[in-house]
Amino acid sequence: MTTEALTPLWEVFIRPRNGLHHRHVGSLHAADSAMALQAARDVYTRRGEGNSIWVVRSADIAASDPSFAEPMFEPADDKIYRHPTFYDIPDEVGHM
Amino acid sequence: MGFAATAREDTGFRAVLELADDCLVLGHRLSEWCGHAPTLEEDLALANMGLDLLGQARALYAHAGEIEGKGRGEDDLAFLRRERDYCNCLLVERPNGDFAVTMARQLYFSAFMQPFWRALAASSSDATLAGIAAKAEKEMAYHLRHSGEWVIRLGDGTEESAERMQAAIDELHRYTGEMFLISPARRDAIAAGILPDPETLRPEWERTIATVFAEAGLTAPEVRVPQTGGRDGLHGEDMGHLLAELQFMQRAYPGQTW
Repeated sequence: MTTEALTPLWEVFIRPRNGLHHRHVGSLHAADSAMALQAARDVYTRRGEGNSIWVVRSADIAASDPSFAEPMFEPADDKIYRHPTFYDIPDEVGHM
Repeated sequence: MGFAATAREDTGFRAVLELADDCLVLGHRLSEWCGHAPTLEEDLALANMGLDLLGQARALYAHAGEIEGKGRGEDDLAFLRRERDYCNCLLVERPNGDFAVTMARQLYFSAFMQPFWRALAASSSDATLAGIAAKAEKEMAYHLRHSGEWVIRLGDGTEESAERMQAAIDELHRYTGEMFLISPARRDAIAAGILPDPETLRPEWERTIATVFAEAGLTAPEVRVPQTGGRDGLHGEDMGHLLAELQFMQRAYPGQTW
């Protein structure tokens, strides 16, 4: 078996603090999910980066097609009214 | 300055020194993998575990130096003693061998030290030592999980990995008895309520090892001649080479700091 078959690629997601969401931080090779979680801990949380880890097989991620990026994303570019920037927010509300 | 003399002089110092030497020597062995591990992920994992042990060693040496009260600090104790004055158990100084040997050694040691630190943290009459233990227990729990998972996967892996894993067990099992051995210093420390009696930890250690081996398809060999002597300063021939590398910098440039 090839190295890729024995230790496939995993994507790693770390949650920095309670209340925040998991963020993608990188990838690594591991034999299975248990080993991937340990490797993620050793590679990506050495400096206290988080308190929760997700790993997912890279092969299991469905990705958008880069060659179809224009039809996918450009139609949103001129819809400026979708941004909530046309409201006057009272000072009492503070930072949003 | 042999074992008998120091043991009579200060058993508390010696009992802490045994723990410190175990941590330093195993931590150094793991550091030897740095840049040589089979994968980048494992290179970091081994270095992380080595640093855990080095951190434990530093705290223990500093505490031992205070107990001794002769002005020796962590560097003096870690770097400026002779081979016969180190009282680590033989298991931790065994050469890294292949990856299977390194993982077997880590499994045997952490399966003992995790419950050891837990018991010490819960009951020691030495508050400083109990504090060190509480931190060390969590670190050893991770070492145990990591090495255990590897031993299972190698034992239950390919024909070659199973062969190598069994060979590692066959080679190292004879060194495990020394972890339970009660040296004169340790006997006094147990009596004083400083250290837990390792014999009370044996059932848990045996259960941990048996569980991992069952899942890995490994068989613990019968030990006819247990290997001991490290607590008396009687080390294997590899220890001198280890110390040469460990001590070189302080010997060549005395008092050097970062």
